Amino acid sequence: MVKLILGSTLVDDSFVTVESLEQAANLPDVIVPLTVFVAHKAQWLARSGKLGVWLAAGDDAEVLAEDLEHLSVVAIDFPSFTDGRGYSTARLLREKYHYRGQVRAVGDVFRDVMFYLARCGFNAFVVRASDTPENALLGLNTFSESYQSGVDKPAPLYRRRLA
Amino acid sequence: MYQYDEIDQRIVDERVAQFRSQTQRFLTGELSEDDFRPLRLQNGLYIQRHAPMLRVAIPYGVLSSRQLHMLAHIARTYDRGLGHFTTRQNIQYNWPPLERVPDILADLATVQMHAIQTSGNCVRNTTTDHFAGVAADELIDPRVYCELIRQWSTFHPEFAYLPRKFKIAVNGAVADRAATWVHDIGLHVCTDDAGHLGFRVIVGGGLGRTPIIGTVIREFLPVQHVLTYLDAILRIYNRHGRRDNKHKARIKILVKSLTPERFQQEVEEEWARLKDGPATVVPEELARIEARMIRPQYAALPAQSAVLKEALERDIPFKRWHERNVHAHKVAGYASVVLSLKPTGTPPGDASAVQMDAVADLADQYGFGEIRVSHEQNLILPDIAQDDLPALYLALKELGFATPNIGLLTNIIACPGGDYCSLANARSIPVAQAIQERFNDLDELYEIGELDLNISGCMNACGHHHVGHIGILGVDKHGQEFYQITIGGSQAPARIGRVIGPSVSQEEVPDVMEQLIDVYLEQRNGGHERFVDVVERVGLEPFRARIYDEPHLEVANG
Ligand code: SF4
Repeated sequence: MVKLILGSTLVDDSFVTVESLEQAANLPDVIVPLTVFVAHKAQWLARSGKLGVWLAAGDDAEVLAEDLEHLSVVAIDFPSFTDGRGYSTARLLREKYHYRGQVRAVGDVFRDVMFYLARCGFNAFVVRASDTPENALLGLNTFSESYQSGVDKPAPLYRRRLA
Repeated sequence: MYQYDEIDQRIVDERVAQFRSQTQRFLTGELSEDDFRPLRLQNGLYIQRHAPMLRVAIPYGVLSSRQLHMLAHIARTYDRGLGHFTTRQNIQYNWPPLERVPDILADLATVQMHAIQTSGNCVRNTTTDHFAGVAADELIDPRVYCELIRQWSTFHPEFAYLPRKFKIAVNGAVADRAATWVHDIGLHVCTDDAGHLGFRVIVGGGLGRTPIIGTVIREFLPVQHVLTYLDAILRIYNRHGRRDNKHKARIKILVKSLTPERFQQEVEEEWARLKDGPATVVPEELARIEARMIRPQYAALPAQSAVLKEALERDIPFKRWHERNVHAHKVAGYASVVLSLKPTGTPPGDASAVQMDAVADLADQYGFGEIRVSHEQNLILPDIAQDDLPALYLALKELGFATPNIGLLTNIIACPGGDYCSLANARSIPVAQAIQERFNDLDELYEIGELDLNISGCMNACGHHHVGHIGILGVDKHGQEFYQITIGGSQAPARIGRVIGPSVSQEEVPDVMEQLIDVYLEQRNGGHERFVDVVERVGLEPFRARIYDEPHLEVANG
């Protein structure tokens, strides 16, 4: 099983990414690409087992707004870590649609981007093959303080300084 | 200038540790070249033609004497004893060994400095008026807001990997000395009918390949909303800016393709949700930043200095220097002094370690220990008692920083160009030097009067050639260095210069400059009509005709 960083611990990932209902037939927990989900929404939602949707970097989270309560995972892909669209997508999921489930970073995910990802509301990370989850975990503690408002700490430093 | 507290210091120290780890992992092969490149760029580290280049941030162009001494120390210890001040109020070192860069950053951190986000596709150093705090027409000191924005942008988790670099300028005065119309975002202070302070928000200006004057998307943004509004703009840009073509990735292209109206609407919708949220600025924070700004303790001086008056009557070269390089100050008896880093024969903006140390000492001796870096790549001693001007003049002359050419043709802005920069099509520095040599006669320079001459070595326009009264752009023609000439550009009001004709070779540039000046002198209506005004009035044709219709010049095709 693939190792997943959940919060700040390593766990076995119960989810498998599939491309079709057939592939998902004997699996409990699956993640499906947005287009596949949208095409057969009713069937996917009728399945037993947990469901996640996979968003490409350019996908708009708004498409999922109505379905979020049924989703255990929203996975956001980083085709390259320099494509930063997923950071905004995660913040919108958390702050605009108030999604409370797992927001998972997949793709080009490694130690040096972990801190930013966590601040934008990602709470699960599938680390790329050329890094290790153990190493990536170190990235979560790069900085002990941050100036801006984030999903992790909505109050920016200047409000916390007052408290 | 803003003094760090314990948290500001800790964040910078943690950055040093992070970059040390990244550099080590790169050197051991754990991080690939492709991974390391964006990471090092976010620390201002380029791999250049000859060696790495490190760009150190000088937030909004303000330095203490202690910091300038440190910049000298770095030039001496890790470089070849030189630093290059840039048009974005930063400093660059051209020869630091890669493996020593973490040590450089550690040294910088001891004086509250860093290289954070001086490059890369993130929010860069916020720039402002280099006369902030001393200009008479100021409504607010923009540096308080620059510091607020510096903190907001530092490691902003959502906007570290934007489609392209992102530059914000803040102007706090009536006159725009921060070029707010040619930045990704320009914030220009204003007041509403009730006298509340706010900003006019200008978006999508910029130079580079596609020079565009920005558009106002909000006439009045109350100051407390500045960060939520920036968040909204950046979010729209981060999500929708083009990422498939780096030449179309700046926000100006997005604003243009959506139309400014549509862009504004999207921003306002996004902002409606963020407005009054946790990122709304609290007045206590503005007060806290203000309290951490070290302000000069001015003495009560007579408005007219007898010492100065006497020197102006007696000493012609001093008078000349005073006329060009000394600016009025809002406090009676004081003046701001511009140190020209443009003497003939040295690359524009260069200063040696010895010179930096000397300037820092002068700032302590005659000022309040503060130095500014100007957009024109000069240094400024902002708070000098008028009584001290004659003595300071002599000291600056000794240093080679008293060339009385501020605002004149030889105060050339030039990017590092082909001598240092791997992106260059052509060299900038030798061209600047050839022009300075050609116009070495001070009387002639004064006769020509105010003229901004800007040189960039390629389309990236680091030398801001589009907004020069005369702009020179290096172009590559069949592997040879050529130069395209524009005239009629201006920084304030922002205007983009127009191309006069086919590009010319390096040897021809000084001749072309002379011809442009000849036409100007023939055409102008009296000494007060500037070069740029004449271009505005008579158009390109007389200039073009002189250069291209006469047989002496051989030009390449188109
Ligand atoms: S304008 Fe071009 S040549 Fe000059 S510094 Fe910028 S990128 Fe380099």
